[in-house]
Amino acid sequence: MASVAVERPSRFGVAWRPLLHRVGLMLAVAAGLWAFWEAFKWVGEETAFKLGQFTVNDRTLPHLHDIVGQLFEPSRRNGPLLIEVLWDAALFTAKEAAVGFFLGASIGFALAVILAHSRLLQRGFLPYIVASQTVPILAIAPMVVIWLGGRGLPDWLSVSVIAAYLTFFPVTINTLRGLESADPRALELLRSYAANRWRILWKVRVPASLPFLFTALKVSATASVVGAIIGELPASIQSGLGGAILNFNQYYVSSPASLWATNLIAALLGITFFLAVVLAEKLVVRRAPEHVA
Amino acid sequence: MTVVSLEKVDKTFGKGGVTALQGIDLDIGEREFVSLIGPSGCGKSTLLRIVGDLIQPTSGEVVVNGKSARRAREDRDYGIVFQDAVLFDWRTVAKNIALPLEMLGWDRNRRQERVKEMLRLVELDGFGSHHPWQLSGGMQQRVSIARALSFDPPLLLMDEPFGALDEMTRERLNLELLRIWDALGSTIVFVTHSISEAVFLSTRVVVMSPRPGRITDVVEIDLPQPRSAETREQPRFFELVADVRHKLRGSDELVSEAELIVAEEGL
Repeated sequence: MASVAVERPSRFGVAWRPLLHRVGLMLAVAAGLWAFWEAFKWVGEETAFKLGQFTVNDRTLPHLHDIVGQLFEPSRRNGPLLIEVLWDAALFTAKEAAVGFFLGASIGFALAVILAHSRLLQRGFLPYIVASQTVPILAIAPMVVIWLGGRGLPDWLSVSVIAAYLTFFPVTINTLRGLESADPRALELLRSYAANRWRILWKVRVPASLPFLFTALKVSATASVVGAIIGELPASIQSGLGGAILNFNQYYVSSPASLWATNLIAALLGITFFLAVVLAEKLVVRRAPEHVA
Repeated sequence: MTVVSLEKVDKTFGKGGVTALQGIDLDIGEREFVSLIGPSGCGKSTLLRIVGDLIQPTSGEVVVNGKSARRAREDRDYGIVFQDAVLFDWRTVAKNIALPLEMLGWDRNRRQERVKEMLRLVELDGFGSHHPWQLSGGMQQRVSIARALSFDPPLLLMDEPFGALDEMTRERLNLELLRIWDALGSTIVFVTHSISEAVFLSTRVVVMSPRPGRITDVVEIDLPQPRSAETREQPRFFELVADVRHKLRGSDELVSEAELIVAEEGL
């Protein structure tokens, strides 16, 4: 513990200088990566070197500015701009992923709470929970689509369930660890107040688990986006990013930059989800400064 | 009235394992300040936890406030303070102190009023809205004491509460604890490994020895009340410290002999 007063940071206060530094650093790294990409492409094209079948040209490795530029080209003749198409697709996928994320996180958290209270259940169920993640999502997804199909539920809901399947696991494992990380003396203290399990859970164990929970949610946030994109394929959903990827994959030879641009948007969606969790963590978790990562 | 009564208390950890305590008989009366002192491994913290019903004795009878230890715990008859303050980072100082009051179902106004009183008692007025990590170690321990006393328990259990603090802070908090004890009239059971601290604070010092943990001596501390910084300079204080040290050494004879043998072999 720190001795004597540390300046108390205001809850919503933004420190502008470090923020500027951070943004500056990010831009510098982006510039560096761009330079590396273009340099690799230039060297590859000049020397015509081959890595097995892989040769560097505009088809295998388009210019970055072409990829970004493609966003502002019409997606098809007389059609809307690619970025408009992808924006709609991203919103659709975001909805699926968000529902899946909340579903998976809730189930994952509830599961952790149950397992934390029974060593027997923990020993019995944990191996199967681990096993659930060793089955490839591509093998599960079609079954989910079949199970949930034709029950009057919206089509995209099965995609959410697939996303939830990827989301719950890190949440369960980390929350369980977090619930068990509570200071044993804090538990003794609560016992001295004759607190019941429920009280101990909410006053000590859950608060102690929050840093672990949020670490898991950061992993899950991006996983839910991946799950939603992959889930769209067996569900034959055309309106999301998964559909767009499948579509532009077919036209890769004529327009490689479209697929790259779609991937770029998918990555941005994942980052957005991640940042949303980071923001939520900032608002919820209040720890001593030395514990803040 | 007897607040704590222990009769033939034994504690063994694990099946046929280590005997932590053996044949503990001890009565502690109202308004007493009793220190348990002994080398590490003598079971003094275990004994404190048995009184608090945080662990169960293997055999023997424990009566707290005229009832079973379990019943006393459920009635919130004692407050407990550990070596570390065990404050919750995510709660302000005021909310840390109010935690047991929340458990007791006190309403917000009553809680706030009591927290204010407790902050005054431990001389931390104005720190209610701070977070624990903004306080020094000594201040944190004062918050922990305020929390333990917030619901007015007749008994206060303290497990080496000042063990992690520097000497100066420790002596200041010793005085403060005596002032609080005097003001509230509670009974205190205090675990420590500091001889002078035990003598300075207590009305009785219980000397314990390890392997198996048992009570070897009880020293009445007849220093006049109320005690002050000058108490530590009285000849009687030094006599009592020497007496307790002597009795501790006696209880630790086996260990010293073993150490001697090791030392000689080392030569």
